Amino acid sequence: MTAHAPDHGTATMSDTYAHYTTGEPLADTKAPSGPIADRWDRRRFEARLVNPANRRKQTVIVVGTGLAGGAAGATLAEQGYRVVQFCYSDSPRRAHSIAAQGGINAAKNYRNDGDSVHRLFYDTVKGGDFRARESNVHRLAQISVEIIDQCVAQGVPFAREYGGLLDTRSFGGVQVSRTFYARGQTGQQLLLGAYQALSRQIAAGGVEMHARTEMLDLVVADGRARGIVARDLVTGRITTHFADAVVLATGGYGNVFYLSTNAMNSNATAVWRAHRRGAYFANPCFTQIHPTCIPRTGDHQSKLTLMSESLRNDGRIWVPKAKGDTRPPHRIPEAERDYYLERIYPSFGNLVPRDIASRAAKNVCDEGRGVGPGGQGVYLDFADAIRRMGRDKVAEKYGNLFEMYERITAEDPYEVPMRIYPAVHYTMGGLWVDYDLQTTVPGLFAIGEANFSDHGANRLGASALMQGLADGYFVLPATINDYLARHPAQDPVDDTHPQAAAALRETRDRLDRLLHTDGDRTPDSFHREIGELMWEHCGMARNDAGLRTALARIPQIRQEFWRRVKVPGSGTQLNQSLEKANRIVDYLELAELMCLDALHRTESCGGHFREESQTPDGEAARRDDEFSYAAAWQFRGTGKPPVLHREDLAFEYVHPTQRSYA
Amino acid sequence: MKLNLRVWRQQTPDAPGAMVTYEVDGVSRDMSFLEMLDTLNEDLIVRGEEPVAFDHDCREGICGACSLVINGEAHGPERTTACQLHMRSFRDGDTIDVEPWRAAAFPVVKDLVVDRSAFDRIIQAGGYITAPTGSAPEAHATAVPKPDADRAFEHAECIGCGACVAACPNGSAMLFTSAKVNHLGALPQGSPERETRVLDMVAAMDDEGFGGCTLTGECATACPKGIPLPSITAMNREWLRALRKGRAARD
Repeated sequence: MTAHAPDHGTATMSDTYAHYTTGEPLADTKAPSGPIADRWDRRRFEARLVNPANRRKQTVIVVGTGLAGGAAGATLAEQGYRVVQFCYSDSPRRAHSIAAQGGINAAKNYRNDGDSVHRLFYDTVKGGDFRARESNVHRLAQISVEIIDQCVAQGVPFAREYGGLLDTRSFGGVQVSRTFYARGQTGQQLLLGAYQALSRQIAAGGVEMHARTEMLDLVVADGRARGIVARDLVTGRITTHFADAVVLATGGYGNVFYLSTNAMNSNATAVWRAHRRGAYFANPCFTQIHPTCIPRTGDHQSKLTLMSESLRNDGRIWVPKAKGDTRPPHRIPEAERDYYLERIYPSFGNLVPRDIASRAAKNVCDEGRGVGPGGQGVYLDFADAIRRMGRDKVAEKYGNLFEMYERITAEDPYEVPMRIYPAVHYTMGGLWVDYDLQTTVPGLFAIGEANFSDHGANRLGASALMQGLADGYFVLPATINDYLARHPAQDPVDDTHPQAAAALRETRDRLDRLLHTDGDRTPDSFHREIGELMWEHCGMARNDAGLRTALARIPQIRQEFWRRVKVPGSGTQLNQSLEKANRIVDYLELAELMCLDALHRTESCGGHFREESQTPDGEAARRDDEFSYAAAWQFRGTGKPPVLHREDLAFEYVHPTQRSYA
Repeated sequence: MKLNLRVWRQQTPDAPGAMVTYEVDGVSRDMSFLEMLDTLNEDLIVRGEEPVAFDHDCREGICGACSLVINGEAHGPERTTACQLHMRSFRDGDTIDVEPWRAAAFPVVKDLVVDRSAFDRIIQAGGYITAPTGSAPEAHATAVPKPDADRAFEHAECIGCGACVAACPNGSAMLFTSAKVNHLGALPQGSPERETRVLDMVAAMDDEGFGGCTLTGECATACPKGIPLPSITAMNREWLRALRKGRAARD
């Protein structure tokens, strides 16, 4: 293990970026004290309200129309605020929440299997490897039950039993059945619910919707977030939009890795530009690698496809016991198969949390026991499930997933076991927010995957939909009132304000530079390069030397990018190369911060596995004495070492222990 | 594989467009159709030409962004979205035509990208249940018989891609509209707004310039999610029922 010295551990670091400094600790001043079950009620009561007549005088910008943004836009408009909303897609219905398959957790205890708000709270804190705030997580568990009610009322067609009541299933990392689902398309159905609620408000005039419009910068005027710079992707026009508060619901940054399960256009520009304007970025190294994705087939691969984790309920994961066994799966007898999750973790078996399942897959593949092209895969086998339940029952539960798998691989999973391999899927890190979901820039809020708040170092399955909708429908609409009530009549801002003018000018200059560099490499080639570097050194397992290699390489790639990138076409019409290149500019900076965060956190926790910090069994070894904090980074300039602010985490209700799923 | 692509290129909504031929080499059978287009675009950029613009996002067949007519068929020869169509469906040396959705209500923005905002406006006209946040009763307060829930789900699967409109000789949006009408109409939560929903959505559909339905059935054949053709007749029944009820109330 290397010595840990976060404050001055830079003596051996050759590159300047790693010479970060430590600033004042950060505190969540909005979280109420008192019994944890009463805190959310207390905060809602103490938060100021805005008189309904005054709400229509206040404008809120919402960027993004996924579960968090769609829900927030609809709800804020219902409350009477004037909402101006943006999405890069041609329609708000296409946000990437739509691709979530498995389900949404809620502590309804409809199964009478011992579930409760407290158990969901406990499971989430533990699943996050004790790196999330107790107050936030408890609130999330409380709200989970209201979300199901809300979605049913909107007409979300959840799976039901013959008696007409809602069906649930179990998911990784827990021992109760609390996951509500709509076949393998839960995200789609929840998103369409939010989209329809948003559509109702658009028709009623409460929401002014700008589709095919991308946020490219944040306007901070006189210390408060007052607007954004956005580009109309069809006309190329770059304009400012102003408001009394700005809400970012722009999702995660998994596409830094090039290959991920994120949508092709999901990007980090909104959060990164906000970070550059003063919002601290918390725990950027906490990325989730999902264990059940379809392995890549070649260099042409543009993205990876996830297979719902719910498959682990009935599928059994195995590899051959012997290294280099190339026999087809049906020729490998039972005795020569290693059902390694069932062997290592007998009580959770195939249902261990995602980080553990992913790492175990990597380990067996590193041992040379992986299957499929390049040995980068493990089997997920339904033969037993088909024998036990019958083919029809399996088809009813997983039919659409099997179909999707067959379409992509041309293999029939009813006959041949699926091959799966881990892939980047979700980012737990994000903009630092307080209990009110406000960032360190007053008036700037971040919700859903864009913030860092609820999942700690690892997210449990079926919790992303829960958090997005909790933030959008319930938390933000309550807490933003407090901010707007305290800043009722702000001076109007327009393009003549120096900070607005600067943001506009810088955005135009950046795009002009991209269009006029006229080099010899495509934007995508740089994206691939940074992505491969990150997967290699800041992926499933990280170590000091690898992270330093990446930190040395990133500024070089950045330099090369600005020398050699080629963006054809003009800025005054639809130009997808320009959009892409501009997003890569931000990946090339964010990647550096992710590596630094991973380097500084010399413990392992959740999705962050430092090879230097493991138990004798190879499990992640947390170091609570030194690292029980959220790391919030303050930007100081491109390539300049940032400032670390620590927010210490206190655990009053769930005592941190070494996670055990054995 | 080596392919001959004939792609619709159009600079702006008002500019004239034309089919342009490109040769693409080194295509793997495992590539998706869009990954094949990526390969073409990478080559075009290096040559200093503008890449082909096309809408795409999730590449998992669920966001509904992709909208290519391939060899005259919406989404191509397989019953799926273009992003889930793989090159193993084609043969070495094939000539493949790639065009945007063609419909009066979906004007071309650039190359293969079209404007489908008309669909959003149809939903805005009534494709929702009025249930403001926080007003919901306990989820189990109303049981929904499983067949009703399944029927709702079957129609709720629509991804709003517009293949139905592109495939229809009349450019009709009946299948899209009926999917939402039947999804919400199948549920008890959706029944209070049943009549206004179908009347308003059909009126919006007509206003957007979509064609009428002559039940040729091309829409249901092209639909990557399998929204069934009888969905349209069910909507027609809903519409007549709502009309009669409205008339009765007026009389």
